[in-house]
Formats: sequence, C-alpha cells, structure tokens
Amino acid sequence: MNRRALIVIAVLLAAACVLPFLVSNYRTFQFTLVLVYAIALLGLNILTGYNGQISLGHGAFYAIGAYTAAILMDKFGVPYWATVPVAGAVCLLVGFLFGLPALRLEGLYLALATFALGVSMPQLLKYHHLEKWTGGVQGIVIAKPDPPFGLPLNPDQWLYYFTLAVMLVMFFLAWNLLRGRIGRAMMAIRDQHIAAEAMGVNTAMVKSLTFGVSALYTGVAGALGAIAVQFVAPDSFNIFLSIVFLVGIVIGGLASIPGAIFGAIFIQFVPNIADELSKAAPWAIFGVFLIGFVYLLPYGVAGAIRMLLARLARKGQNNRSPAG
Amino acid sequence: MDAFFHQVLAGLATGGIYASVALALVMIYQATHLINFAQGELAMFCTYLAWALINAGFGYWPAFLLTVGLSFLLGVAIERVVIRPVENSPVLAVVVVFIGLLVILNSITGWIFTYTMKTFPSPFPTEPLFGNRFISSHEIGAICVTLVVLLLLYAFFRFTPLGLAMRAAAQNPASAKLVGIRVGWMLALGWGLAAAIGAVAGMMVAPIVFLDPNMMGGILLYAFAAALVGGVDSPGGAVFGGFLVGVLENVLGAFVIGNELKLAVALVLIIGVLVVRPSGFFGKVHVTRV
Amino acid sequence: MKHILVPIAALLAAALASPAALAQKKYDPGATDKEIKIGNINPYSGPASAYGTIGKAIGAYFKKVNDEGGINGRKINYISVDDGYSPPKTVEMARKLVEQDEVLLLFQPLGTPPNSAIHKYMNAKKVPQLFVATGATKWNDPKGHPWTMGWQPNYQTEGTIYAKHILKNKPNAKIAVLYQNDDYGKDYLKGFKDGLGAKASMIVKEVSYEVADPTVDSQIVQLQASGADTFFNITIPKFAAQAIRKSYDIGWKPVHYLNNVSASVGAVLTPAGLDKSVGLISTQYLKDPTDAAWASDPAVLEWTAFMAKYYPEGDKIDAANFYAWAVAKTMEQVLKQAGNNLTRENVMKQAASLKDFVLAASLPGIKINTSPTDFAPFESVQLIKFDGKQWVRFGEVMGK
Repeated sequence: MNRRALIVIAVLLAAACVLPFLVSNYRTFQFTLVLVYAIALLGLNILTGYNGQISLGHGAFYAIGAYTAAILMDKFGVPYWATVPVAGAVCLLVGFLFGLPALRLEGLYLALATFALGVSMPQLLKYHHLEKWTGGVQGIVIAKPDPPFGLPLNPDQWLYYFTLAVMLVMFFLAWNLLRGRIGRAMMAIRDQHIAAEAMGVNTAMVKSLTFGVSALYTGVAGALGAIAVQFVAPDSFNIFLSIVFLVGIVIGGLASIPGAIFGAIFIQFVPNIADELSKAAPWAIFGVFLIGFVYLLPYGVAGAIRMLLARLARKGQNNRSPAG
Repeated sequence: MDAFFHQVLAGLATGGIYASVALALVMIYQATHLINFAQGELAMFCTYLAWALINAGFGYWPAFLLTVGLSFLLGVAIERVVIRPVENSPVLAVVVVFIGLLVILNSITGWIFTYTMKTFPSPFPTEPLFGNRFISSHEIGAICVTLVVLLLLYAFFRFTPLGLAMRAAAQNPASAKLVGIRVGWMLALGWGLAAAIGAVAGMMVAPIVFLDPNMMGGILLYAFAAALVGGVDSPGGAVFGGFLVGVLENVLGAFVIGNELKLAVALVLIIGVLVVRPSGFFGKVHVTRV
Repeated sequence: MKHILVPIAALLAAALASPAALAQKKYDPGATDKEIKIGNINPYSGPASAYGTIGKAIGAYFKKVNDEGGINGRKINYISVDDGYSPPKTVEMARKLVEQDEVLLLFQPLGTPPNSAIHKYMNAKKVPQLFVATGATKWNDPKGHPWTMGWQPNYQTEGTIYAKHILKNKPNAKIAVLYQNDDYGKDYLKGFKDGLGAKASMIVKEVSYEVADPTVDSQIVQLQASGADTFFNITIPKFAAQAIRKSYDIGWKPVHYLNNVSASVGAVLTPAGLDKSVGLISTQYLKDPTDAAWASDPAVLEWTAFMAKYYPEGDKIDAANFYAWAVAKTMEQVLKQAGNNLTRENVMKQAASLKDFVLAASLPGIKINTSPTDFAPFESVQLIKFDGKQWVRFGEVMGK
C-alpha cells in the first residue's frame, strides 16, 4: 500500500475514533450497526467478490453467529467479548460443511441452494426441539455490556469502540489473506477455475475454506449485532436479510475491502431515507436504488471511486508531462 | 391408508401449483439461461391485473385472455428495458436486478391494491367431481390447465421454427446471430411467454391460496425445488418435479418429520438434487469442455 | 347591555388572572403548548406488511382530530416509521423516535417480537410504550414494566375461554388444533391448554403451519385423520379462510372454534364461503363493520364516514382498520384526561385510570378498565356463533 492510502486510512480511523463524542447516542448506535454490517459484508465479499461463489443465504450465518452469542450469554453466562470468537468458530465449521456439497454448484445453482438455506433458516430456528436453547419464537433478550475498568464511556460508546476494534482486526486479517497466496488462488478460481485447477490449485479445499472463512466473518458480525441490539428472534433472520447483504456488496463494490464499508452505510441508512420519502412503498424505492446502481455504477461505490481517482491521476499526468 | 391416500391427493393439488410456476421458471431458463428470482412476484402482479379487470366488469374468460396478452407485453417490456442493459454483466449483477424487480413488484402491488387478501374467482364448478371429498374441481381443473400449457410449450419448442430459433438463441447466441436469428428479440419473446405462463399459474393459484401481495413468497421456493428436481431445462420435468415436491412435502410433513420442517424439506431437496444429479430427472446433462 | 358586559368582564378577568390560577402546564419532551408528538412503529414492508394499514388508519384518525381542533387545543404530530417487523430495526426506530425525534410516547408499536425487543429499553428510558398492538400476556406487568401497556384482550385469555366452553358443553370432546408457528399461535395454544388444565389430553392432534406456507390443506387433512370432533383454529385470516373451506370440502364437521383475529365476516367468512362457515364459534370485543347486524349502528356509520373522508384507500372489509380507529380513540381519551399535565408519568397515570370507559366501537357490555395494578384495558369478550348470515352473540360477557 502506498503512502497516500495509509494517510487516508489514518485520517478515517481518527475520525471514527472521535465520532461517538461528536454525535448523539442514537447515531453512535447506528454507526455501531454500520460497523457490524461492514464485517458481515466483508465476509460475503470474500466469498462472492473474491471467489466468485454467489450466496443468497448469508443471513443464515449471521443468524447462527447471533444465536451463538445470545445462547452463550443467556444460558451459560459467558461474558460478551468471549462469545465473539466462539461465534466465529462455530460459523467457520458450519460454513465449511456447507461449502463441501456446494463445491459442485456453479453460479445460479449455488445462488439457488443458498437461497433455500436463507429461506428455511427461520423455521429451523423455531424448531420446537431446539426451543430450550433458542427460546423458540419468543427469542432471547440479552443484557447490554457495561464499559470495563470504569472507563468514562456510556454503554453505547463502549460498544462502538469494541465493535470498531473487532472490525479493524478482521479487516486487517482479510487484507492480509487476500493479498497473499490463498487470496490469489481464490481469485484465480473465480476467473478461470479450470486453468487454476490445471495449475495445481487445490480448488476444492480453497473453495470450501473460503466458504468457511466467509461464514466466520458474517458470524462474528451476527454476534456483535446481537450484542448491540440486545435481542434475537427467529423472524429477524429471514431471506430479506440475505438479500440486503447481497445488495450491500453490489452497491459497495465487489472484490473490494473498502466496498464493505460503503455497502454497510448504504444498507443501514438508505431504508431510513426511503421510509421518509414514501410511506407507501419503501421497498420499491430501495429496489429502484438497487437497479439504478447496477446500471450506473456496476462496480459499486468503491469501483466508482477507484475509476474517479484513476481518471484524476491520468489528468494530472497529462497536465504534467509536456507533449513531445 | 385412507389418510395416506388423502395426503397424496392433497399433495398433487398443491403440486399442481408448484408445477405451473415451475413451468414459467423453466420457460425463462430455456430462453435466457437465467433463473428468474422475480418470477413469483411477476405472476402475482399479473394476477392482480386480472382481478382489476374482473372488478371493472369484464367476464372471467375475457379478463383471462386479456391478462395473458398484457402479461406477455409486460414480460417483453421488462426484458427490453430492465434486463437488456445488464445482459453482458456478470451473473451477480443480473441476480441483483432480479432481486430489485422482486421487491419493486411486491411493493407496488401492495401500494396499489393494499395488502388485504382478496378472493379470485375460479372458472371451474364449485361442486367436487363425482362428489369426492379429496380434491376440488378447481384443483383438478388447475392441473389440467397446467398440463395443457405444458403440451402447448412442448409443441412450440419442438415443432415450430420460432421455438427452434429461441432454443438456438439461448444455447449459442453467437452462432444463432450468424444464421440470422434476432437474438435480442428471442430473449424478449422468452420473457413474454414466461410472464404469460406465470400469469396463468397465478390465476390458477389465487382461488386456492387467496390473492395477496405475498402469496407467491412461499410457493417460489417450492417451485424452484420442483424445477431443479425435474430438470431446469425440461418443461415436462418441471411439471413432474412440481407434483413430486407437493406429494413429498405433504407426506413427509404429515407422517415423518412434522409440519415444522417442511421448508427444510425443500432445502434438502434442492441441495440434494444439485449435488447428486444437477440436471434433475429429465434435464440434459451438461458437459463442460476445457 | 348588561348581559353582554358580564361575560366580557369575566373573560377579561380570566385572561388577566395570574398563571397560578390556570391549570398547571407540565411538559415532558414531545409536548408543548401547540403540539403533542406521538411516535408509532409499524411494519409497512416485509412479511407483516398487511398490518401496516393500522399505522396509516391511526394517522388518518389523528388528522381528523387535528382538523377538528386537536386535543385540548394541541395538534397531534404523529410520526410513524417502518420496521419491517424486524426486531433489530424496531430497536433502531424506537431509539430514533425517543432520542432523536423526542416523542412524548410510543403508541401502538406492532408485533410481539418487535415489542419484546424494545421492552427493556422503553422502561429504562421511562417513555410510555402504550397500547401495544399484540395480544401477548406479558404486557400486563405494572410492577416489572410500569411503562408498557397492552390494549386488546390477550390471546391466552381467549384460549382459556374456549377451553372452558368445551369442558362445559362437550366434556368428552376429541380436540384438534391448528396453530401458526410463532408467538401469536403459541400464546393462544398455551392459554387453551391452561384452560383445559388436567384434561389437556383431550387434544388428540396439534399441527402447526408457517406464514410462508401456500396452504394449510395438508394440515386440515391430518386433523381430520386424527378422528377429532372439535377444532380450535388459530390462524390468521388468509389461512382461516382456507381452513374453513377445506374442512367443509373434505366433509369434516367438527365443532369449530375460530380465534378472534380471523372472525371478520367480510375478510374471512365470505371468501371461505358463508354457507361453509355456519356454526363457527368465536369471541369478539369490537363490532364487526362487515357484519350485517351492525349495518346501521352509529359507531359503524361514523367509522365508515371517517374512512371515506380521511382514509379512502383503506380497505373497508379489513377489520384492522376498525381496530385502528378504536385504539386511536382510546389514545385520544387518555390525552384528553391528561389535560395540561403532559408529562410521561401523567400519561401513564391516565392510561391506568380508565374506569368503565365505553368505546362506541366495542360490543355492548364490554368496557375498558385499567388501574395501577391492572394494565390490561380489554379483558372481557363475548362469545359469538355464526348463523350463515351474521355473528350472533350468546352467553354472557366473559373474562373480567
């Protein structure tokens, strides 16, 4: 990464750290959710953007992460910060196991299989034999964590910083993974999987692992989300959630780490805007935004910014170099 | 034994619903090689058009035919205006556009017609055939309509030059263009036909499940399962798949796993078919050459 | 001249009187001299969007109130937002309404999961969560949650009433139950089983369905196969109509108890078939505007006029729109009683002091009663039976 990128990141980071003191608690809560969705979207992007496997069911992994955290906190008294890695581990396993049969599926078929997973998840969560743990249809209420060590923060602010810290760690790990050997293997599989196989990439292992890692990220997000909202119930995790995640990565930009953040901002704030514009048909407006973005900005916000910067750079070069 | 037989018949009745929607899915797939996630909502919207016509005073059959025509035009329009710009985009972009269509159609229908459920008339007699108590005349009629549409589709693809041209355009657009087939219009035609079939499916389904904007939500997943089980490029397979899924869902739900896991049945079916035999029972096996 | 001067003098005297003589004006955030801000959260999108009409109808009613001068001279500023029936969104919206829009109270948030998600928050913030749109039993908890109150008769009470009716009239019944697999369905079932008590084994078969299911035909077939002769039908309107029709078509004629949520003549029985609905038993606490029995009732006429003028796009056979009108009137009454003391504490106090409050919309003999230890406004219901044309009330008003 060049120096300019590092400066940009530093500035953004500083802004993010100061944010809770500049805005109301309600906004801090909303931004905490933005961070949560950013992690979830990064997870989906790892699978779909970098590895080419379409998933319309990632809401299911978000649900598993959320319920893991909720059950651990509610039934076993586990402290909130310990539930996050456990949720990640559980989803890593589940994602990997789902990825195995999914190996044989391409494009639309995989979309279909994951769509089925997303649709059936709420029913699985309501299953009465699991009710003892999941709380069934009533869901589980979680207590809000207090800032530790008597820090002079209110719970909303503390949760924001906690989520921010987790997000930074997860983003750094992802960045590291994606620019290394495995990342290149993932992208090779996405672009030309037969050639990749021929070149010795263990496509089966990479694809399944990618599914697992992607699920891990979304599961961690689910756990953080559950802690922020303090409530989990089966019907919150229906197919619309999976659809919203997909929307997020397309808007934000596929195969782009900053894209996850743009996408998260979109899916958190645009429904609210649509709600203000029209009580009658809020999702219609959401749908129009969606299609509009696909037409006008097919590489998402991140892609558009990239192209803009490239164009500016080129202009700068043209201005600088004398012709002939 | 009587209970089992009854569940099977009830399953065939619901299966008829899945089969008709699956037919529309297969139609789009054959024309464009795309799985249209918005198919259910499109069918539902067209059914509302029919309802509006009937409410405005049209008789059932005039409204039926008019709706089929309007749906055809709507399908063509959607392909030309909404799908055309993203034709050559990666699959994901197309899927997102479908999802966008899905939410827009659902939302607009609710806005125009409200969410209160409405009755939709049936052209078939209300007394059950032979006074049987297992399956209503409408359900039998709907199955017959589905079979008729299936036959028409089969004849269209197999015996008409237009049907051949459509299949060619979907399978090998480049070669099809070279022999003079207007690929763009073939795609639009495919969409138009699918929308029309979907409208017929909707009008057969609505008297059973009642008309409301969310009526196709649950059906869509089972219709996907049906299309996959039967073979996503085989209309006959889709119909067979529909009946199979309907019966399995009912019988398993009643006697084996309980009603709480019926959606999971669809999930397992879909994944199972895709993993074990992706081309379904009657589809063509695709071999990719390196 | 004198008889004009005296009133004028009195008026002048009152106007010049010191503020202490006027009623004390006390305000919490959301209330001013000019307006009262009321927040509402409804599912305008998503799977429960059918209920979004309630939020709209309430808004229409408050507009009517404003057109007629408001409440004690203050206009109602009604802010309704969408949560898509998704609890995380409900939490966010509740925080927005309370912390950003600074409403005086939250009125009629809809759904058990959404309200469960904000239950703790509203009580911690000490903001009224008033007349919630769900029939769950947990809202009647003045000690634990003094800022939350329900409105409609709760589901468990209704289930218990049916159970007791069966025990009294058909003690050897074999009961089948169809219920929606969520909090609403399970709450009814619990009340029903509690009502049967030791005789809960009278239930020979209970089956569930999901809202996403296309039909409940398979479930009805299962219930018939169980040999049951009594049927407790816990379904929402769409599936209730299917269940009534299918039962008739397969020749199953149990004693059929239908939950109150789906007891509308226009929205459920007509699509199912009036002839197929003969003998249905249910309960009611409000009048059914689609029932011919109330066609010339003043309340129904008033509601019809209101719908025509203020909410013409609302469906007139949707019982939810009548419910919305009735609950909005209750809110109006509470605010009227609060007078100039518009603190949140006083609003809750007034809501908890409704004594034999008669809503024109409710059935004869059914009144609203609340007290500091009783946070359940509607607790009584009337048993009704369908005769092929209308619902006929029988027995006495049951419940408290």
